[in-house]
Amino acid sequence: MTSAILHKGSVALGHPAHRGLRVTQGRVLHSEWIKLRSLRSTFFTMIVGIGFMTAIGLLSCLTTAMSWATTAPQEKAGFSAITASLSGFSLAQLAIGVLGVLVISGEYSTGMIRATLSAVPTRLPVLWAKAAVFGSVTLVLTLLASLIAFFGGQAFLSSQHIQAAISDPGAARAVVGAALYLTLVGLLGVALGALIRNTAGGIATLFGIVLVLPLLSYAVPETWQPNVLPYLPTSAGEAIMDVKTHVFHLAPWTGLAVFALYTMTVLAASAVLMKRRDA
Amino acid sequence: MIEARGLTKRYGEKIAVDNLSFTVKPGIVTGFLGPNGAGKSTTMRMILGLDAPTAGAVTVNGRPYAQHTAPLCEVGALLEARAIHTGRTAYNHLWALAATTGIGRKRVNEVIDLVGLREVAKKRAGGFSLGMGQRLGLASALLGDPKILVLDEPANGLDPEGILWIRNLLKDLAAEGKSVFVSSHLMSEMALTAEHVIVVGRGKLIADVPIADFTQAASATTVRVRSPQAGGLRDLLVGPDISVASDSTGVLEVSGLTCDQIGEIAAAHSLTLFELAPQQASLEEAFMELTRDAVQYRASTAGELTNPARSPR
Repeated sequence: MTSAILHKGSVALGHPAHRGLRVTQGRVLHSEWIKLRSLRSTFFTMIVGIGFMTAIGLLSCLTTAMSWATTAPQEKAGFSAITASLSGFSLAQLAIGVLGVLVISGEYSTGMIRATLSAVPTRLPVLWAKAAVFGSVTLVLTLLASLIAFFGGQAFLSSQHIQAAISDPGAARAVVGAALYLTLVGLLGVALGALIRNTAGGIATLFGIVLVLPLLSYAVPETWQPNVLPYLPTSAGEAIMDVKTHVFHLAPWTGLAVFALYTMTVLAASAVLMKRRDA
Repeated sequence: MIEARGLTKRYGEKIAVDNLSFTVKPGIVTGFLGPNGAGKSTTMRMILGLDAPTAGAVTVNGRPYAQHTAPLCEVGALLEARAIHTGRTAYNHLWALAATTGIGRKRVNEVIDLVGLREVAKKRAGGFSLGMGQRLGLASALLGDPKILVLDEPANGLDPEGILWIRNLLKDLAAEGKSVFVSSHLMSEMALTAEHVIVVGRGKLIADVPIADFTQAASATTVRVRSPQAGGLRDLLVGPDISVASDSTGVLEVSGLTCDQIGEIAAAHSLTLFELAPQQASLEEAFMELTRDAVQYRASTAGELTNPARSPR
């Protein structure tokens, strides 16, 4: 029976070239799309990231609106309705960065990577496909979350007539920028996952860059700070969400470009190593 | 067809594969034998381009693996049962692999039926037993209906029924004209499936022979003779095609003569025999004999413990 099935299969398939079977970048993209969708852990981590982005922004706006009557004047002066509604990004970036690491390190820890690289031995199409699929999905979902957080937050704030409009200066840029920033953090996670190939190590490095580096940088002499702080990866990236001038931030798009450059550099390094190292 | 030429892999000081050259031919099952740590898995990873050789080269169907446009259709590999993301279902695992090469979902379903995983196809692979993992690994190897199969210890973790199944599957695949390259550390298993064996030890090629030759060499009988006049008997027995090994205790190991012949020669010269017994080496013994010096991880025996000079290191 076994033989019969095998034989039938062989006859039906024939030579690969004749059946149009070959590895293409598009097909590898499709494969990575199947992979991304078919893991429950990916789904839940993404929900957590999106949940942080929307819930914290909404909550922040709600509490501000409720306590606005008793808020001190100088605090009121420093308040930005746009920034408040997008404040969830700082926690969301951790979940999305972790997910980025897992997209690759999960394959190394389970051994799946050997199956993947056997199917695509040129290797780099896999890295590009993972980055592209994960990046696109993250961009769409975080943009959605950012929009919900913004409009929902402004709805809460409107009770005190302190809401912002999407047409306000910098508002649209900040809302879209939050999604772009989170996507870049996710891609940084992918690059670190490919570079370090270990979940714990990848996540630790990511948290080091996102959480620890900004804290450490305050240890540099005060006179150096203006030359150092704006160029740190996440400080640079966060500038895209600035509505008011921030002392230690670059101009919004310049900052995002610097952060993108960091991410692309790590991705390029991981590509070189992925091609070179034994799987 | 797999062709390895001078294949070498070093990890720092340690040499895992040492100047290995061999050819795996289509239409037969070729066994790849060696003790644990002999370099079998490393060799297989190099065939698939997962590890880069330090020196030498290996081609599949005339080209390095990575240069094929549809690698899954050239070589199907089962390198380890656990090359599967534990959180993904068997079906999605196979579908994702198939998608890279444009292999359709019809074929995914075909291989699932072929390896008998239909009932658990929608279950996550993390809950699979070792045997189910092996079957899933085989399913991914067969996805592209490849001309070459490279299987690392495919019978690992399978129950007796599963072992019989895989034995027949390998033979069927070879009968279709495929090159089937199967590693094992069990000689007895290979004797039942393989037509040709490549034996390695400590990364070096030890033997590259048809299984028949191997079996014949292994089953060549010797006769154990014990006699108080061993010296005299020895002189009478020695001749062309006959070898006699002796030790000081009056025991001879004779090959090339049967028990009957030795008995008659002894009687004709009125020599006393205390013992006359045929000795047959099993395949397993022949394999162990062959790889004795090449075993990397061996439990010390009592003799070795008391006599460090005999220890392999």
